[in-house]
Amino acid sequence: MPSTLPAERSKRTAAHRAHLVPDRAYSLLVVLLAAATVVSAAVAIAVGTVPVPLGDVVAVTWAHLTPGDTERSLLYDQIVWDFRTPRVLLAGVSGAGLSIAGVCLQALVRNPLADPYLLGISSGASVGAVLALTFASAVTAGLGVTGAAFAGALMSVVLVVGLAQRAGQVAPGRLILAGVAVGYLGSAVTSYIQLQANPTELRGIMFWLLGSVSGASWSDLPAPAVALLCCMLWLLVDGRRLNALTMGETSAAGLGIDVNRLRLGLLAAASLLTATIVSVAGGIGFVGLLVPHAVRLLVGPDHRRVVPVSLLVGAIFLILVDLLSRTLDRPNEMPIGIFTAALGAPFFLWLLRSRSGAVR
Amino acid sequence: MKVSAAGVSVSIDGTPILDGVTLTAAAGSVTGLIGPNGSGKSTLLRCLYRIIRPQQGAVLIGEHDVWQVPARRAGLLRAVVAQDQELDNDYTVRDIVAMGRIPHQRLLERESATDRAVVDEALARVGIEWAQTRRFATLSGGERQRVLLARALAQGAPVLLLDEPTNHLDIGAQLELLDLIRDLGLTTIAALHDLDHAIAYCDAVVLLQHGRVVAAGEPAAVLTPQHLADVFGVRAAVTTHPLTGRPHLVFAAAAAVLLAEEHAS
Repeated sequence: MPSTLPAERSKRTAAHRAHLVPDRAYSLLVVLLAAATVVSAAVAIAVGTVPVPLGDVVAVTWAHLTPGDTERSLLYDQIVWDFRTPRVLLAGVSGAGLSIAGVCLQALVRNPLADPYLLGISSGASVGAVLALTFASAVTAGLGVTGAAFAGALMSVVLVVGLAQRAGQVAPGRLILAGVAVGYLGSAVTSYIQLQANPTELRGIMFWLLGSVSGASWSDLPAPAVALLCCMLWLLVDGRRLNALTMGETSAAGLGIDVNRLRLGLLAAASLLTATIVSVAGGIGFVGLLVPHAVRLLVGPDHRRVVPVSLLVGAIFLILVDLLSRTLDRPNEMPIGIFTAALGAPFFLWLLRSRSGAVR
Repeated sequence: MKVSAAGVSVSIDGTPILDGVTLTAAAGSVTGLIGPNGSGKSTLLRCLYRIIRPQQGAVLIGEHDVWQVPARRAGLLRAVVAQDQELDNDYTVRDIVAMGRIPHQRLLERESATDRAVVDEALARVGIEWAQTRRFATLSGGERQRVLLARALAQGAPVLLLDEPTNHLDIGAQLELLDLIRDLGLTTIAALHDLDHAIAYCDAVVLLQHGRVVAAGEPAAVLTPQHLADVFGVRAAVTTHPLTGRPHLVFAAAAAVLLAEEHAS
């Protein structure tokens, strides 16, 4: 280390690296978070209207993952494997995916308020889902709620990117404006259909709009899981370029990065993640906004760390929030989106206050 | 490595910004791009940054067309000190300088001993090593420009491109930075606002107006009272700097000169 003044060396003020987990403890953090993900998933599978002992959760899961026939309780098997495991996995994959999508979009538009719904994706998905859930289901022609939502999400992405690009170049500022405009357009359509819907349909619509993983089945999982896997692998490999992009377009271009291609890649990753998740789990808000900020507070701004940690923290967060949403008011279930916002908003305000004190 | 532009034309939304710009910057020289606001200085640099693709002509570094080589290869040919200083992040000085190694690193490759040595050397070269654990956002404007210069050095490219590097700096920081840039001995192209800096620090200047090259060559040959009157609409005189003995430009608004002449007569 080149010489530093003793006074400089001893004090670690806000002028220095300020994140909570020191660099040397990063590997330990990842191991702990990975363990916490597994434990919280197991607990979430065990807890419910019919409690299942943790030992049986492990036994059932083990039996399904290994070939050969073992003795087990049919009731537990059905509860664990058919109902709770897909639900908990979907919560985990959604939390992880929305967090990663948030990381992508915050790097892309360099705006701390960016979240996965910035691009009007959830609004488009809502239009599709609401059409499928109501009298208007003829419009969606047998796509089902998930299929209709996915189609709506894709249409809104295409519309937003089409409006935001000029000669193949995507400008972040225009992207935000186009996303907001398409978002409002989608809301208008959704509101109109809601007004025409009957009360039974309305409850289904409300539940869908606020996000829920309650109806999860194994068939809901492959699309978001594959999207998550692909995006995660790419981001882990390309984390350094994301770092450069957050320093500005010119800086990144100067460092030998094809800025437009990187932006299109981030856009595609965020859209794919959000569309696949929203179409099965509805509009779960705040996760994609909150988790990346919290993670940066923990491990600093380097995307090579932010991406894996966001993935784990997002998964744990949504698994636990889902657990909360189905245990607080048993046997009733509440939409998961209510809790993500109720927990997220105060945390976010605290974050905002503490940051503004330290930095500016 | 020399830098050249051959018949570069760019128009944005139908408005021509650059109109057949041809120029050459000799290897190892410091070339100043000067001209009024909107003359095309920044656009020409942005062609070299690989942000704006010329509709006609080409920008070359050595024999390499910047837009024909892969983006990463371009990162090995030229480094950029841009005007955008993003402050809304928690990167430390060292984090930022280490980004200069991106074009040298393969995907997933970790920072090597060479990378670390190069970063150390770059930090020392610009005299900012004392701040390496400081957060970039907490430095002064002059210190931040030094950090970005260190990042450019860590890139190890033979060509350095700067867009108004002294913008928003106090006079002391301005002159220190320019001295430092000159001492690096790289082929340097800098868009400069201050004409006096151009005459004092550049080996050659290129004067742009309305996207065309008006004059190019040695500073004293380009920065003549006639050119300055034609392009900037000011009256200028070249004197000798009383402290350094270098050429020094003084300016007055054309109207003020007329008034003074009226008084004298």
